[in-house]
Amino acid sequence: MDLNFTGIDVCAVNGTRSAPEAKYDLVVIGAGPSGITAAIEGAASGASVLLVDENPVSGALMGNDTPLYFGGRMTAATQNKDRMLEAIFMSMPDLEKAMEAGVELLLGTTAWGVYRNGPGVQSLPEQVVGLADAERSWLVGFDRIVLATGARDLAIAFPGWNQPGVMGAAALQMLLSRYGAFSGRRIVVLGTHDLALETALLALEHGLDVAALVEVRDAPQGDAALLEKITAAGIPTYYGQSIAASKGGLDGIESITLTDGTNIACDTVCVAIGLVPSIELVDAMHGPRALNAARGGYIPAGEPNVTAVGLCAGLPDTGFDHVAYRMDWVRAALRVNAPDTIICQCEEVTLADLIGIQPPNYLPRPAALQARSLGTLLDDGPANPDQIKRLTRSGMGVCQGRRCRDQVAMMLAIESDKPFGTIPLATHRAPVRPLPLKILAEWDEPAGMDAAWDVWFGIPTQWVPVEDIGTPYQDEHREMLYTGMYT
Amino acid sequence: MSGSDVVIVGGGVTGLSAGWWLAKSGVKVTVLDKFIVGWEASGRNGGGASHYSSPLFEEEQRLWPQMDELLGYPTEHQKGRILIAMTERQWDQYRFIAERHTRLNHPVELLDVKQVQEAVPLAGDNCFGGVHYKFGGHANPQRTVQAYAWALQDLGGKIIQHSPVTGFETAGGKVTGVKTANATYGCDAVVVAAGPQIPQLMAQLGVDVPLAAARAEMIITEPAPMMPLGGVDGHKIYGRQTLRGNLAYGGGPHEWLDVDANGPAARPSTPLARNLAKRLAELLPKAAHLNVIRSWAGVIENSPDGRPIIDRLNSPDNVVVASMSSVGFGLSPASGHAIRDLVIDGACSFSNIDLLKLSRFDGLEKDWREKRGWMPIA
Repeated sequence: MDLNFTGIDVCAVNGTRSAPEAKYDLVVIGAGPSGITAAIEGAASGASVLLVDENPVSGALMGNDTPLYFGGRMTAATQNKDRMLEAIFMSMPDLEKAMEAGVELLLGTTAWGVYRNGPGVQSLPEQVVGLADAERSWLVGFDRIVLATGARDLAIAFPGWNQPGVMGAAALQMLLSRYGAFSGRRIVVLGTHDLALETALLALEHGLDVAALVEVRDAPQGDAALLEKITAAGIPTYYGQSIAASKGGLDGIESITLTDGTNIACDTVCVAIGLVPSIELVDAMHGPRALNAARGGYIPAGEPNVTAVGLCAGLPDTGFDHVAYRMDWVRAALRVNAPDTIICQCEEVTLADLIGIQPPNYLPRPAALQARSLGTLLDDGPANPDQIKRLTRSGMGVCQGRRCRDQVAMMLAIESDKPFGTIPLATHRAPVRPLPLKILAEWDEPAGMDAAWDVWFGIPTQWVPVEDIGTPYQDEHREMLYTGMYT
Repeated sequence: MSGSDVVIVGGGVTGLSAGWWLAKSGVKVTVLDKFIVGWEASGRNGGGASHYSSPLFEEEQRLWPQMDELLGYPTEHQKGRILIAMTERQWDQYRFIAERHTRLNHPVELLDVKQVQEAVPLAGDNCFGGVHYKFGGHANPQRTVQAYAWALQDLGGKIIQHSPVTGFETAGGKVTGVKTANATYGCDAVVVAAGPQIPQLMAQLGVDVPLAAARAEMIITEPAPMMPLGGVDGHKIYGRQTLRGNLAYGGGPHEWLDVDANGPAARPSTPLARNLAKRLAELLPKAAHLNVIRSWAGVIENSPDGRPIIDRLNSPDNVVVASMSSVGFGLSPASGHAIRDLVIDGACSFSNIDLLKLSRFDGLEKDWREKRGWMPIA
């Protein structure tokens, strides 16, 4: 084959990307109090500001515990987007102020990725954030970005936690305070640190029964004044306990049994053990982050043009070691949970299969595989959550690991007898929210993209059958299947 | 040389398969990897196993149906593929490919729209037709890589992870040891199967291996109902339905990179996920509602002609270099066999692989990357 090179690889990405639809001096992700403040400050300084918030998210996403751990306890009101939007404006009066200050506001708009040039990629025309609403996705350029993405619920498995009615504190607070759309009546709260106490008190304010607080440690963990209110309300608190068993029916959880045998009827278990700063975007953009046990886990380490505010930057530092506290809960869970307790709900990975590094049930388990375990894997090197994901599928499902990644990392630390901080963070990848193909798709891509598109590298000699090399078929092959790189 | 020590540099799918084949022959094998087995392209690819362009093709086809049993671990191998045309031009091209397969005695069948939809219910009636390959197939790259690694260990081989190779010891025209930061591994022979890092490693032995690295991307959806045929290509994307049901797809423009001796600095994905999503939604319109839940990138290397380099060097004469030129996963059962043969016997027993010799690039112009436009973006 005569090869006359042009010096240009037409199948490379160079120059094929679309420009962002719009560009702002400042994009703020998350319209909670911190995000609104950042947006108003930006506008006041004369910057063009876009403020986006994914809420109200669709009922389908809430049903998949995204972005918070809703546990199926939403009322039908959450299916009504207009009502949800109204509720957001009612509960966030500063949104109006932001708009008056000139901030462009997009609700129901997800930021699913942030992209910029750096190690391994130089082909982006400029740094962009990927946005999507219920209709489509698009890219927006920015000079500065503020991440006000808040914090998400930490889930920890107990027997029967994979049924409706088991939910997180941030989700419960959102359903109660913002939407008035919580369908439970009688709640058991796990934890006695401030998050648990505040959540229990909020539930009381909303006229709900708080059946009990359950604390794995031997003493209460949170603020004394808050605890006093709990005591004054006559809510029983069980110390040195976790959930050993639960019962449920079609509508979900009906009762729980503590490790000491105490039985408590409830329709909701609120896991209020901790919140995890929502750093998905930071991690997916390869931004720096650091583990800070007093601030709730991994937090953004900060960069000149990427600022985290609010809970995304970390929980308020009260000197409380959140990681140690969570590890105590996970240790108790490892003692109590039966081998068949589901850890990854999406992929139905049991505790036994996670620790045994066994594949999903649709695959055979020959003897050699059954002889493998986390123990044998650790002989080959330190535990890596991404490797565990590949083998067991834990964290590979449609909730994108929101329900299991944190507890799996803690279990790996415990099982390998290493500090939590030595376990790598399982990677977050764009899209950091599940996005339908038809929404993510760039339907109006630039013509250059299709011109550059080859199924692989577009190297004509790569796929010519060996038998055809040096025959006329070779040129026919190139003529028929390739264009461009060679003349 | 049974019973002697072979050190394999690189615990990707090629190095691991070679190690497994060598261990099967009674050779003491040590695989050194800079991080975790299969962490780079070997665990990030589309899992296809239908490489009719290769002199290793027949061996690839012979081995895949046996691999689960041979390794003792599941690879999720599935037989057969289908190529669906979404434009008239693609239909012309795919029929051309089908004719070629027929000429080469690879069994294929042309499918009309209805037959396509029977095999691939997520396809729509917007396609022009399909080509059903009654050969080839696909497997789960991550599970397969681990299967090679475990099978190799079961035969007494060693895998040392988190141990980047820093250099070699040589004496009498041979490599006698492979160095990492913490140890030197004595050896009778070496296999260098370190992907994009091959040029840097081989330069230490005074051998020029022309390879250029690039980044490519994939996306994956949430699970869809299982289709009768999960190996679905076409519309200029490649991929598969996993046995869990997810649709994992790649294709499209790549980005050339410089990779130093430490390997890829990062594997960022880009908004190309949107262009992949568009094509997958067009190829499988009944899947358009499915959520994309991840995207990722991998870094692969290519030789100047896009074909593998599998060669035992003249000097040092106990070194086999193996780069699969961006198409390594599916061929791995056969590439490992070929490497085993080169290490032990000095020649491949089952196919003429002279085409893959490094010497074909003797006299290659210094600016071969620039000429091809394979340069990183400045």
